[in-house]
Amino acid sequence: MTGFLLRRLVNYVVLALVATFLAFTLASVTFDPIGVLQQRNPPPPAATIDAKRHDLHLDQPIPERFVTWMGGVVKGDFGQTIANRPITEELGRRAGVSLRLFLLGITLGITLGVLLGVISAIRQYKFSDYFATIFSFVVLSTPVFVIATLLKTGAQSINNSIGSNVLLFTGETTPGFSGSWGAALVDRLQHMIVPTLTIVLSQVAYYSRYQRSAMLDVLGSDFLRTAQAKGLTRRKALFKHGLRTALIPMATLFAFGFGLLIVGGTFTERIFSWFGMGDWLITGIQNQDTNITATVTLFIAVCVLVSGWLADVLYAALDPRIRI
Amino acid sequence: MTAADTLFEPAGGSSDVGPVLEVSDLAVSFPSESGRVQAVRGLSYQVSPGEVLGIVGESGSGKSVSSLAVMGLLPSQARISGSIKFQGRELIGLSDDQLSKIRGRKISMVFQDPLSALTPVYTVGDQIAEGLLVHGKGRVTKQAAAKRSVELLDLVGIPNAAERAKAFPHEFSGGMRQRAVIALAIANDPDLIIADEPTTALDVTVQAQVLEVLKTAQEVTGAGIVIITHDLGVVAGFADRLMVMYAGKAVETGHVDEVYQRPRMPYTLGLLGSIPRVDADEKQPLVPIEGQPPSLVDLPQGCPFAPRCPMAVDACLTDEPPLSEVDNSGDHYAACIRSDELGAVEVQADEASVAAAVDVAAEVFGVEVIGEPEVARIPRDQRTVVLDVRDMVKEYPVTKGVVFKRRIGTVHAVDGITFDIREGETLGVVGESGCGKTTTLMEILGLEKPMRGEISVLGQNVSALNGRSRKAVRRDMQVVFQDPMASLDPRMPIGDVIAEPMQVHGIDKEQIAKRIPELLKLVGLRREHADRYPAEFSGGQRQRIGIARALALEPKLVVLDEPVSALDVSIQAGVINLLDELKAKLGLSYLFVAHDLSVVRHIADRVAVMYLGKIVEIGDVDSVFSSPQHPYTQALLSAIPIPDPIKERARERIILTGDLPSPANPPSGCRFRTRCFLHASLPPEKQSKCIEVEPPRAVQAPDHEAACHYAEPRQVV
Repeated sequence: MTGFLLRRLVNYVVLALVATFLAFTLASVTFDPIGVLQQRNPPPPAATIDAKRHDLHLDQPIPERFVTWMGGVVKGDFGQTIANRPITEELGRRAGVSLRLFLLGITLGITLGVLLGVISAIRQYKFSDYFATIFSFVVLSTPVFVIATLLKTGAQSINNSIGSNVLLFTGETTPGFSGSWGAALVDRLQHMIVPTLTIVLSQVAYYSRYQRSAMLDVLGSDFLRTAQAKGLTRRKALFKHGLRTALIPMATLFAFGFGLLIVGGTFTERIFSWFGMGDWLITGIQNQDTNITATVTLFIAVCVLVSGWLADVLYAALDPRIRI
Repeated sequence: MTAADTLFEPAGGSSDVGPVLEVSDLAVSFPSESGRVQAVRGLSYQVSPGEVLGIVGESGSGKSVSSLAVMGLLPSQARISGSIKFQGRELIGLSDDQLSKIRGRKISMVFQDPLSALTPVYTVGDQIAEGLLVHGKGRVTKQAAAKRSVELLDLVGIPNAAERAKAFPHEFSGGMRQRAVIALAIANDPDLIIADEPTTALDVTVQAQVLEVLKTAQEVTGAGIVIITHDLGVVAGFADRLMVMYAGKAVETGHVDEVYQRPRMPYTLGLLGSIPRVDADEKQPLVPIEGQPPSLVDLPQGCPFAPRCPMAVDACLTDEPPLSEVDNSGDHYAACIRSDELGAVEVQADEASVAAAVDVAAEVFGVEVIGEPEVARIPRDQRTVVLDVRDMVKEYPVTKGVVFKRRIGTVHAVDGITFDIREGETLGVVGESGCGKTTTLMEILGLEKPMRGEISVLGQNVSALNGRSRKAVRRDMQVVFQDPMASLDPRMPIGDVIAEPMQVHGIDKEQIAKRIPELLKLVGLRREHADRYPAEFSGGQRQRIGIARALALEPKLVVLDEPVSALDVSIQAGVINLLDELKAKLGLSYLFVAHDLSVVRHIADRVAVMYLGKIVEIGDVDSVFSSPQHPYTQALLSAIPIPDPIKERARERIILTGDLPSPANPPSGCRFRTRCFLHASLPPEKQSKCIEVEPPRAVQAPDHEAACHYAEPRQVV
């Protein structure tokens, strides 16, 4: 089993490299930072442009540039932005911001999604099932930025009706906030609720649909009947035997769900002015900055692949039939 | 029974207080798109302590629904009325919490499909222990429950129980899983065990093992047992009383001997006559019950069996007859207004026996004797060889790895088999699942050069065929598949289904149009059926369509892959009779693959018994069945239950131990030796021959060969 997981891990490392290389190449081919420089008025002297070109390694062929950059990455140096600021420094801060949003969002999203799916399945064709179904389809078919904007409006009207700003939706903290440790935590929480909710809603919608059908498959199964026949109450049989088995197909989904999360996260960060990785990706593309783009891509690839690997581990833990 | 004595209270302690289970006027209905389905309509029965009640009926007769109602396991949309009293306590209306205290402790259940009856993610031992823990909160420790579950597994005959308790269900074979489910059912020493088709999904040898285990379970717990089945054979030797169900009601009930020997309801009579018998000395035609069970959505007035009943009179259509006592016997009840007349017919037979009852069935249902094809009169060796298979081998590689597949072994699916089929002859191929029957058939149908050996169809060696000649050979060899639901395209009217093979072979349109009604008539359907879609037909009718399609090109050889195993008994008889009739009329040859030996005995002229990719015995069907030479054939035949309570109780079973070895790693020498009772009884110097030398197929009697070093005939049926 360990051998299997190790092999998978090696596969994932290779995949992450390939994904980053492709993003790097694509960015290098399309971006033209020198062109931007040349269009300045007055145009900078040719020597400056050449120096910049050399700084950005633009005088090297793309694979060589990638190797140079990657060589730095291995040593913990992600290179410089166009504005000559070290990326590594900003990476730590921004990754922290994003992971806080993503991890909380995904944990809440999966838990609530699985619960909603199970309730939906057990109460099939009843009001709560129809409600969950409609909720999921509405959320899944609404773009994230619309949901975010709606939530913002909703939060504003809640604030108005209460008469004080309880829910904050700009930035991660109040700029220039000073106070005790506890007050700072409350301030962060106030900022966190609305953006996290944006992420959680779509995650819940996504997982609850799959969990519902996985659970429905199990509901009619013979082993659930056996569990009741030996004296378990229906509720206990449903959770101990039913849900436990219905979670198996979900393990694979968790990996792919992470991709969806990052797409949603990019918009969410922008809309709520959280300066995380998603925001950075957009900044990087706007500034035609290959290094930022490649760094963010690598980060996303690593996230997706780590979750994929965790899904493998989870799958093996959940299903004795695939343990090798 | 020493292990059992320490595990269970001595039976019979509280047996003097009335019936364990008393069901009265039970009715269950479900909503459906076309209206409410009245699945059970006023059912009453009782089970006394220690008594075995057999409930027999076809699919849709309400037998499973009524027992799920007893367990309180019906889906929530079911509507239940009437009364179910268990040890005097009313069960209907109890909450899930209250019922869960009775389920598994007082009443337990064994389900049909052992493959899905256990939760795949917990170990077998844990699942049994769970049943003990849930009823013994505070009293039973985890360790005690684990220890007891090992003892229970040991009791139901799982070897190395302590080790195997830690295994997951997928590591158990079907028979072992059913044993585990039985262990679970008896864990809390229940007073009633309900077994719903406990052996239907199992091979016949495993079925015999599981029935033995159920008997042991009953002996040690002293529980009353309700055994539900569609197979009159399974309950014959096991049940004390029998209840026959039809369309949601009991139509006949009584002591098992009574019901088998003097059935007083035409449906029971028909069922008895429709079963092919493995112990039949001469070929008797089977009784087909025409038509199909009624829809339970809105039943017409009168007796629900009347539309299919040969004895129906006008009075049958006015009122539904109640269960009424037969001949003041006090125990035997039948729901038929003409049951006395039926009794009068039976009295003419000099002695009451199941054989006499079958004769009465043949008379009442008016069965015609089907003749033999004309070619059958010519001696066998002078007839044309239709199919000739010599030393055919089919192996599958076992591989490991995803990107770089490496071969780590070989599955010897078919390992050198030889047989031939002559004109107008039926060869039955039998064996447990995994013995290579289906592989053999697929190899022959493929018309490709086999890995080793030779296949010739009508004198043409298939390895010499090219595209055109292969197509020509296909015309002479057609196939009927097992599952009549899946083998017809649901989007094609059946006229097109039947026309398709003729179009492929370039027969002109006019001729096809003329041929379709002919074919429909041949298989007992009507010409106006041609425009309908498969969904509008019942299982039996669909299988007839499949047969019509196979016959469209006037083949010489028809390959039948378990053609009746998916059908209900009463329908099965009609299809078997049709096959018999077509053979006589058209002079067809059949290669008939089946796991049901009784069907093979009925329809085949010769039989080949396969074990782990080899033919262990082959020959004339009467010779093989009446004096089997190979121990495997003997065990196989002895495992088949006979629908005759008296014969069945007197029979001695050869119970094979264990499961089929893996065909990837077959035993050396004789492949059967690991499970062979004869081998086990031999002195060591004789045993070594079995281990070292593979027994060749040797002639034992005219047209009867067996592959055993120590073959000797033994009568088992």
